[in-house]
Amino acid sequence: MDAISLIVRSIFVDNMIFAYFLGMCSFLAVSKNVKTALGLGVAVTFVLVLTLPINYMLENYVLKAGALQWLGEEYAGVDLSVFSLLVFIAIIASFVQLVEMVIERFSPSLYNSLGIFLPLIAVNCAILGGSLFMQQREFANVGLATAYGFGSGIGWLLAIVGMAAIREKLEYSHVPKPLKGLGITFIITALMAIGFMSFSGIDI
Amino acid sequence: MALSSKTKAVLLGPLNKNNPVIVQVLGICSALAVTSKLEPSIVMAIAVVLVTAFANVIISLLRKTIPNRIRIIVQLVVVAALVTIVSEVLKAFAYDVNKQLSVFVGLIVTNCILMGRLEAFALGNGPWPSFLDGIGNGLGYGWILVVVGFFRELLGSGTLLGHQVIPQALYDAGYENNGLMMLAPMAILLVACIIWVHRSKNKELQEETN
Repeated sequence: MDAISLIVRSIFVDNMIFAYFLGMCSFLAVSKNVKTALGLGVAVTFVLVLTLPINYMLENYVLKAGALQWLGEEYAGVDLSVFSLLVFIAIIASFVQLVEMVIERFSPSLYNSLGIFLPLIAVNCAILGGSLFMQQREFANVGLATAYGFGSGIGWLLAIVGMAAIREKLEYSHVPKPLKGLGITFIITALMAIGFMSFSGIDI
Repeated sequence: MALSSKTKAVLLGPLNKNNPVIVQVLGICSALAVTSKLEPSIVMAIAVVLVTAFANVIISLLRKTIPNRIRIIVQLVVVAALVTIVSEVLKAFAYDVNKQLSVFVGLIVTNCILMGRLEAFALGNGPWPSFLDGIGNGLGYGWILVVVGFFRELLGSGTLLGHQVIPQALYDAGYENNGLMMLAPMAILLVACIIWVHRSKNKELQEETN
């Protein structure tokens, strides 16, 4: 039950893009058509679901102050938390490499349309952000951490697909010249974010 | 020390025509989340300037020895090490600000400006130009942050750096703080306004399609 409410919360209330603006770079650059956006969204969700439990385990059994206690009493005072950033990003980078190989093997067309943004998932703030928020919120068990990763990923996917759909329709509208492209995308994002704020304060 | 015109272009280009945030669309994430007050914006700007400059120098020194296939991991490790140092220093000397920035100091690691500059510049240039390029891009990112932080704090809470600047008389006359400015979406709307002004002045940056 906890897991379900956590998923719903992280999709709507704590949406990665609209509440924290994480993963904006690829959000702005890859949201030109729905199909590519969907592909990237799925890839991001996949990486989040895989990396969050691993990072959670590392955080709780290796990195945190006193986490090494299971090795014996003399390790109880070891605090490796300064290395958490390094460890998290290394895990994420290697999983992105894995996803890249899988996509290249099974869907070359998606691989080509994602282009440079596939390796850049490694530096997608949404993914490292997921791990850092997980560290900050101290989830009770690994299941909750996975649920959080899944919800955040789906929320990101929802946002980028919605944005891509709006931008496809935007082709036919008259936008002031200096606002074309980037400017109007920013304004739409802001309006969508204000829309998503209506979810905040909902307690599930 | 007189700067040659090329060095000047490397240092000053990112402040205007090549701005990382509003032209190259890099590093938006953190630009938006930390700007609700002026002070964290300034701290964040300084942190990014330092990390970009030194990461550029280190990668530029190593550029002939890094094998091409693993360069992304090497870059991430260098950046993560620098960010860890910055975050520890902040924890020691500016604990309150560090609290306000929460996870966003750590997220400098994934700031696209860093990867973008390392890939595009440091891998092909010597340490000194790379250092200037890092400073330039950091400052280009910083001034957007400071402008957005300035307006959000001024209009949202009527203060600057925590000092009251809007006189009490104005409040007595019926002026109200604009609470909307404190909300995250307003940051992105302000950046959109900066883009609007910037592109009206620089017509060659305007895009053809939506």
